[in-house]
Amino acid sequence: MQHILETLGRLGSTSGFTTMTWQQLVMIIIACVLLYLGLVKKFEPLLLVGIAFGALLTNLPGSNMYHPEMWDAYIAGTMGVGQIIHEGGLLDILYIGVKSGLYPSLIFMGVGAMTDFGPLIANPKSLLLGAAAQFGIFAAFLMAFGVFGFEPNVAASIGIIGGADGPTAIWLTSKLAPNYLAPIAIAAYSYMALIPLIQPPVMRLLTTKEEREIKMEQLRPVSKTQKVLFPIIVTIFVCLLLPSVAPLLGCLMLGNLFKECGLTDRLSDTAQNALMNIVTIFLSTSVGATAVAERFLAPRTLFIIVLGLIAFEFATVGGLLLGKLMCKLSGGKINPLIGSAGVSAVPMAARVSQLEGARANPSNFLLMHAMGPNVAGVIGSAVAAGFLLAVFGG
Amino acid sequence: MNYGFGQALLDSVVGILVVFFALVLLMCIIKIMTAIGDSRAKKNAPAAAPAKAAEPAPVQAPPKKLAPGTAGEVKLYDTDPRTAAMLMAIVADELKTPINELRFISIREIKEEA
Repeated sequence: MQHILETLGRLGSTSGFTTMTWQQLVMIIIACVLLYLGLVKKFEPLLLVGIAFGALLTNLPGSNMYHPEMWDAYIAGTMGVGQIIHEGGLLDILYIGVKSGLYPSLIFMGVGAMTDFGPLIANPKSLLLGAAAQFGIFAAFLMAFGVFGFEPNVAASIGIIGGADGPTAIWLTSKLAPNYLAPIAIAAYSYMALIPLIQPPVMRLLTTKEEREIKMEQLRPVSKTQKVLFPIIVTIFVCLLLPSVAPLLGCLMLGNLFKECGLTDRLSDTAQNALMNIVTIFLSTSVGATAVAERFLAPRTLFIIVLGLIAFEFATVGGLLLGKLMCKLSGGKINPLIGSAGVSAVPMAARVSQLEGARANPSNFLLMHAMGPNVAGVIGSAVAAGFLLAVFGG
Repeated sequence: MNYGFGQALLDSVVGILVVFFALVLLMCIIKIMTAIGDSRAKKNAPAAAPAKAAEPAPVQAPPKKLAPGTAGEVKLYDTDPRTAAMLMAIVADELKTPINELRFISIREIKEEA
């Protein structure tokens, strides 16, 4: 009897229930809320569920799955990857793929294999809208640095939330501000899921009903040769201009080349399905694991959430304002609503443009027109990330 | 690192200009690519036409019958209405589009030369 009591006592003293701090309890509640948002409200469930579960695992006392202090030592140069593999937990090992930029690049390969750049090639002016929507990145960067007092590298990582592109945000943040990876990734994916709520009020505020009713001409057909040449040309020119963006953009375009060349269907299928799914699991759980209580529960996390929203709104404004200008210059041939799709978030933002256009005029079909700025936004946010890495990564 | 707001503002302006520059560059490249493609297509079109003209011109059958269910729009050349109806149904099925939303201009049987 004595032995049983001693054993139970030992179990009790090592149990998570007795060693849990209040911060860990709060994080477990937050993880459950995020799980609710992903599973019940269907906010980007493919990523948010993994992120939330990673956050749950990392905050269970004694789980030893992720050790932020090891990664601090890695950044300080006192610990190597080999030692982390040897001494770290499961999520430490998975996190190596985030730290090296492997997962975001592979996700981009899958995105490329799923993306049709046809609407963009058919209407190259879409690229301007994709560029204008990156205004949100730099507006949020300025606010994070000037108003909220974040360090420049952290402010740049917060700004990239405005690119509305999860892999790009994770890629840049893992290099510039790894301690803020969890709040930035959660903000980016949450706001991407909330685009149907975030964008329409701004779209209605900045456009007139007449502008929203504009019907656009059918896009010209794009030849297969153009679709095959596009990823090769983009890779050469953009990566020569900004070499730091090569891992992201190179993988995006490689995936697209797999899709368009017609000779590598198996590779395209793997990139957009099996590989994408595997990497999504690794990426989401390891990013979630960085939401360690003592780092996540800080006023700065709230500031990041607020700044993320500001970044999205400014990005929408940037795209819409250029859309309005192009509408005026084209004599009313361009519906400015397609400008808001320049924020990336493929294809959600394009769908929002379609819905708003159809709300103003039920016979209006803007989806294919909005896909041009939408995929241009992916390239634009990658270029912006490459620029920020080149400036603040040194 | 002594980094002030002025410098952050300057970096932001340069950043957005770099994004615009990169995407405008791509826009120009796409336009050039399209122009080259169009000009090649135009060159090929007249080149193909004389080649055909050199051959003994096949007597083109006049449009004889109209396919059923097409509101009298589609013209049939060497094709019977039954085959035309079947072809249109197959195309609609492949495109997953109701047949009344498709517009067929003409259907011609292509005869291989011996």
